[in-house]
Amino acid sequence: MADRFAVNRLPGFTTIAALAFLALYIPIVTLVFFSFNAGKTVMDWGGFSLQWYVVAWNNVAVQEAAWRSVVIAFWATLIATTVATMAALGTTRRRAFRGQTAVYVAINQPLMVPEIVTAVALLIVFAWVKVQTGYQGLGYLILAHAAFCIPFAYLPIRARLEGMDLSLETAAADLYASPWMTFRRVTLPLLAPGIVAGAMLAFITSLDDVVITEFVKSAGQDTLPTYMLGQLRRGVTPEVNAISTVLLGLTVAILTAFFLLTRERR
Amino acid sequence: MSPAEEAVLARSDRNGWLLVLPALVVLGLAAILPLLVMLVYSVLTPGEFGNVEWQFSWDGWFSILFQRDIFDGTLSLADAHLTIFWRSLWLSVVTTVLAFVVGFPTAWFIATRPVQERPVWLFLVTLPFWTNLLIRTFAILEVIRSEGLINTALMRTGVIEEPIQMLYTDGAVLVGMAYVYLPLMVLPLYAAIDRFDMRMLEAAYDLYASRWQALRRVVLPIVKPGIVAGSILVFVPSLGAYVTPRVLGGGKNMMIGNFIELQFGQGRNWPLGAALSMMLLIIVTIALLFYVRAANRAPGDRHG
Repeated sequence: MADRFAVNRLPGFTTIAALAFLALYIPIVTLVFFSFNAGKTVMDWGGFSLQWYVVAWNNVAVQEAAWRSVVIAFWATLIATTVATMAALGTTRRRAFRGQTAVYVAINQPLMVPEIVTAVALLIVFAWVKVQTGYQGLGYLILAHAAFCIPFAYLPIRARLEGMDLSLETAAADLYASPWMTFRRVTLPLLAPGIVAGAMLAFITSLDDVVITEFVKSAGQDTLPTYMLGQLRRGVTPEVNAISTVLLGLTVAILTAFFLLTRERR
Repeated sequence: MSPAEEAVLARSDRNGWLLVLPALVVLGLAAILPLLVMLVYSVLTPGEFGNVEWQFSWDGWFSILFQRDIFDGTLSLADAHLTIFWRSLWLSVVTTVLAFVVGFPTAWFIATRPVQERPVWLFLVTLPFWTNLLIRTFAILEVIRSEGLINTALMRTGVIEEPIQMLYTDGAVLVGMAYVYLPLMVLPLYAAIDRFDMRMLEAAYDLYASRWQALRRVVLPIVKPGIVAGSILVFVPSLGAYVTPRVLGGGKNMMIGNFIELQFGQGRNWPLGAALSMMLLIIVTIALLFYVRAANRAPGDRHG
């Protein structure tokens, strides 16, 4: 019950905050709202309809892009989460080793370097590799996505590890469990929520990427976001609104699960 | 420490490295090595149809700022490039200021909620941040374009007859960037304000400070590391922005990111594109070094 003369009240701040929250959500709500529009153009409300979802669903280009997005996100998440889990085990709960700062910088590099810079650097390297090997597949996109997903997978896993009690593992070792057994039976189950949380963040990060994908993809390798960017030449179609709404729903669902997962046991 | 203990720790160090290695391999291949290759490409000669000729040349770096007249070979500043750099810089600065003006009261509001309410407000700020950047940019597009929310509303209520052209202006890029990067300002500000001891404010009022004086002389200096952190977190992605200026700015209102892309497309000047990317990387690195300094400085240091 904050009273009006509370010391931490500053005039106008609550108003600006309220406007900020409205500003954050009004555009998104508008986009979602008009994806259910029966009208032809975006702003003419012609009644509720799912027709644009049907149109998007039956569009072969959208189907292929959606499938490609999921395949890339799946493999990138698998790779990123695996190596990030190992890296987290290697960098926590032990004395600082020589070069640890360099390791942190390397792991967080994708968060620091502007995406456009990484994108053109990959374009240069992969253009050369494509000529040398003749391979044109999804491997390039999966590798590029795996790399920038690593910090997103690493941070929650590391946070979880740092909060874990070492005594259980010591007890297991005292009871003659081998190091591998201790890891399998004690460390891994305790760490599991962190790994799942890391994998979730990696998955949505991969699913949402536009810039790096746009530069790395070969012809005919559109993902959903690059397909949507390509459609922009025709203006925002209600179909793009429908796809956006589905992607948004997916992200919100994954994020809510993430927060519930990382909040328990506090 | 006994030699045995020392040996155990040394083995543990080695295991640490082995565990980190796979991550370093992936990052090396797809994040770090390519930057080094790009550095090499920035000092090569552009090929006729894009790509490069393997011939050393400083022209890529040189033409960031200068151009050589095709007829008499005289040097002059490349005005078109300077315009783009200047626009990128001031758009990023104004975006940062705008995000601060909106973000500070928002962070203050969240930090002064009851403790059990705060995670909900933080979640509301974080959610847009994690949703697709492209989708959020499209959402802004829906609001500001000629047939969009604002123009439709104003025309139906009779305030204006003709739609106002907001899309494809610098203002559109500005609003779009402030919108998409606002959460990056709010979160570090919240962290700083959360640690701020509200009794300081009480003390300031007891000493007859006005609200404005208390804010300026007490609150702002103490939460300054949070302000620096938030500002850099907004400034850095704004400077390297690609999607937002492309969607909201159109072809004319380019920023550095779009200009880099141009060199790899129609421009067919990969060395210039590579040199521009390296320049952007250097600026960002300097900004991040300031960030690390600000983040490591505990709030309240100066006030003991």
